[in-house]
Amino acid sequence: MTRSPARYPARSMARLRLRYYAVQNVPLLLSLGLFVAMVILYIILFALKQSRLPGAFELLTTVNNTLSVGLSAIGQTFVVLTGGIDLSVGGIVDVTNSVAARYMGDSPGSIALVSLATLAVGAFAGLTNGLLVVYGRLQPIIVTLATLAIWEGIALLVLPQQGGSIPPALTAILAGTLPFLTWLPNSVIIAVLLVAGWQLLRSTPFLTGVYAIGNDERAARANGISVARAKLGASTLAGTCAGAAGLYFAAANTSGDATSGTPFTLTSIAAVVLGGVSLFGGRGSAIGSLAGAFILTLLLNVLFFAGVNTQLQEFFQGLFLILAVVASTLVRRSLQRAR
Amino acid sequence: MKAIEGVALSKSFGGVVALRRASFAADGGEVHALVGENGAGKSTLIKLLSGLYPPDSGEIRVNDATVHFARPQDALVSGIGTVFQELTLLPFMTVAENLMLGREPRSGPFIDRRKLITAAHELFDDAGISGIEPLELVGNLPLAQQQIVEIVKAVSRKPRIIFMDEPTSALAEHSVDWLFGVIKRLRAEGACIVFTSHRWNEIKGIADRITVFRNGEWVATSQAAELSEGDAVERMTGQRLDVLFPKPAPVTDQTQRLTVEGVTAKKLPAISFGARAGEVLGIGGLAGQGQRELFLTLFGVNPHTAGTVRVDGAAAHLRTPQEAIRAGIALIPEDRKTEGLLLPLSVRQNLALAVLKRVSRNGFVRRAAEDALVGSMVTSLAIKTPNPGQRVGALSGGNQQKVLIGRWLLTDARVLLLYDITRGVDVGTKRDIYLLIRRLSEEGRTILLYSTDTEEIAHLCHRVLIMREGRIVSELQHDLTPEAIVAAAIRVPVAS
Repeated sequence: MTRSPARYPARSMARLRLRYYAVQNVPLLLSLGLFVAMVILYIILFALKQSRLPGAFELLTTVNNTLSVGLSAIGQTFVVLTGGIDLSVGGIVDVTNSVAARYMGDSPGSIALVSLATLAVGAFAGLTNGLLVVYGRLQPIIVTLATLAIWEGIALLVLPQQGGSIPPALTAILAGTLPFLTWLPNSVIIAVLLVAGWQLLRSTPFLTGVYAIGNDERAARANGISVARAKLGASTLAGTCAGAAGLYFAAANTSGDATSGTPFTLTSIAAVVLGGVSLFGGRGSAIGSLAGAFILTLLLNVLFFAGVNTQLQEFFQGLFLILAVVASTLVRRSLQRAR
Repeated sequence: MKAIEGVALSKSFGGVVALRRASFAADGGEVHALVGENGAGKSTLIKLLSGLYPPDSGEIRVNDATVHFARPQDALVSGIGTVFQELTLLPFMTVAENLMLGREPRSGPFIDRRKLITAAHELFDDAGISGIEPLELVGNLPLAQQQIVEIVKAVSRKPRIIFMDEPTSALAEHSVDWLFGVIKRLRAEGACIVFTSHRWNEIKGIADRITVFRNGEWVATSQAAELSEGDAVERMTGQRLDVLFPKPAPVTDQTQRLTVEGVTAKKLPAISFGARAGEVLGIGGLAGQGQRELFLTLFGVNPHTAGTVRVDGAAAHLRTPQEAIRAGIALIPEDRKTEGLLLPLSVRQNLALAVLKRVSRNGFVRRAAEDALVGSMVTSLAIKTPNPGQRVGALSGGNQQKVLIGRWLLTDARVLLLYDITRGVDVGTKRDIYLLIRRLSEEGRTILLYSTDTEEIAHLCHRVLIMREGRIVSELQHDLTPEAIVAAAIRVPVAS
């Protein structure tokens, strides 16, 4: 028997919600568990090799190295939740990275203006993808495969040669630390803000619509959800996140490169998969995708400390991805059987 | 004033006409039943009037004012609520999220999750439903509860016009009573309720008026009290109920075609029987007495541990379905979507699948030979398709079943296992299938027939075996009436 709401004491309702949340978000919890396991493994290997525990510097470099992929993975999540996929992420990172490196001056006004411009370029690129998918009635994979190439080409026009310059002030803001909190990298604060921002967005009717059309587009439409609005919003947000990734990547590396963003397409998808987001749409969380991005970075560090030949890195990354997905499927199946 | 009206609505899908200049009207404060066979156009009419897609031509009026629905949202705003046959629930979202989708309680720009759950509880309380947890994912609920959620969702928006497409097909009896209580309350409040059902006693029990559709066209609208079941069926099919079953063809050939000796398998403790060429042998009994296992074993899906099966005297190895087909045994299952047809492929490809070798030369399919074979099948089976290139998935259920039967008709399968093949098929197509069964037996093929509809077993078979707990407990040859078969099925075994 379901009790009526008046008889629901506040505490037991919270506990009930938590229990259902846990059961319904097993993939997310698994990826968070894997993240914790990777952190522990990293710390152990680091301590064995360096005879000390990793400190503030290691935290700074690890998070700085991850945040660009993390941002693009969060963006990818929006599109994947609708049941689509965004292959143009890498191209958008290329072009925004080039714009930042080429046009940004040292004045605060220029930093602010060009930073906003990179986000706007990303948003525009995402919106274009969305318009082609929604009104052109094309498959997301085809649309974004084409726009990937287009943005890669434009990036080379903007910044034909690797280099450009990023004002040290931007690098300090995005990839440094606050003067009075030197043990806490700004990138960690940004990551926490991203998680908080996602949780807020999760509670909006807009993102509920995104999940709804990823569950079943036909059914969502019959419920009065605007499919066009949800898809355009999701792809625009994805582009904006990719733009932010390009900007962050430039700031962290203090220079630009028109081709360095291309691998982001595949790493963002890998992070989304490791984060437990369903590629069929409608299930998953950007928090998982962010954890997935960290898992990928930590894996590289672990491989390094384990003394694996750097030429074999990608081989082991691929192996790891397969093992992680298979293991997650097995765990979920046995949990389902146990229920 | 008419609450809702469709005037001369037409709609086609890929060349198949679903609705042909169909008109329909219903008033506030009435329960209006829509009846007709599968593919008669009921669901299409409801989808047009709910804004799911626009009509090709015709007009929709709400309260005598012409409306244009570009999307379902427009119909919702006009006070139309719909319980769709294919439920519109989102499986990986919670019951509460599903119930309140698009009208979630807010605090500021954000959804208030606590209020959302409270609201879901209140909707269930108002509707008199208990036992469905709002925090559960909809996809984890059994189908009957999903149907209830779909109904509660539609009704709770307080629509003035509500469509319910087959709302009772997934419901248990007590839930049907609950639904009728809901419908009566809505009627008392002046709402207009339009529903479809295949169960005549439900329709009689609640409808004020009944509209009959046939072949995408409006046939008649009558007061429910003035329409008998026989008249309704006649209008739905264009023929009288008692001519529905063709007489079985006389068995002239006395050859023993199928011999089953001591076959032992899962749920079959050792079964023996035989069937002659051209015989239609009914497999009766209560549901779940090993009939399904018998069919699956004979088709090589379930392995048997002892006993032999002979087709025309030759022992058949039945370790896989391929071996069964090679031995001349074919199975036509009830669930054609998962077990037989390739829905994305064309009628031609599906029909020719089992005889590709016969229409090929040097490894290439000869299109002319294939076309001739397929064309003759489409004509003789009266498969309703615009052309043989049509995707099978776009056909109605009954026509899909005909394609599957046609495929085996083309082969030299000598023993056909028909497992509940008319389930969910409309009356007119059922008759076509009955005629096909007769034709298959006239060609000398042996047919094993299982059906959940005892009438079919009684009228189509020469002989009926009654199964209980995997054994044959009696055999009926004369006096094949549904009553006799049911009586034999439920008769308590005499201790011997």
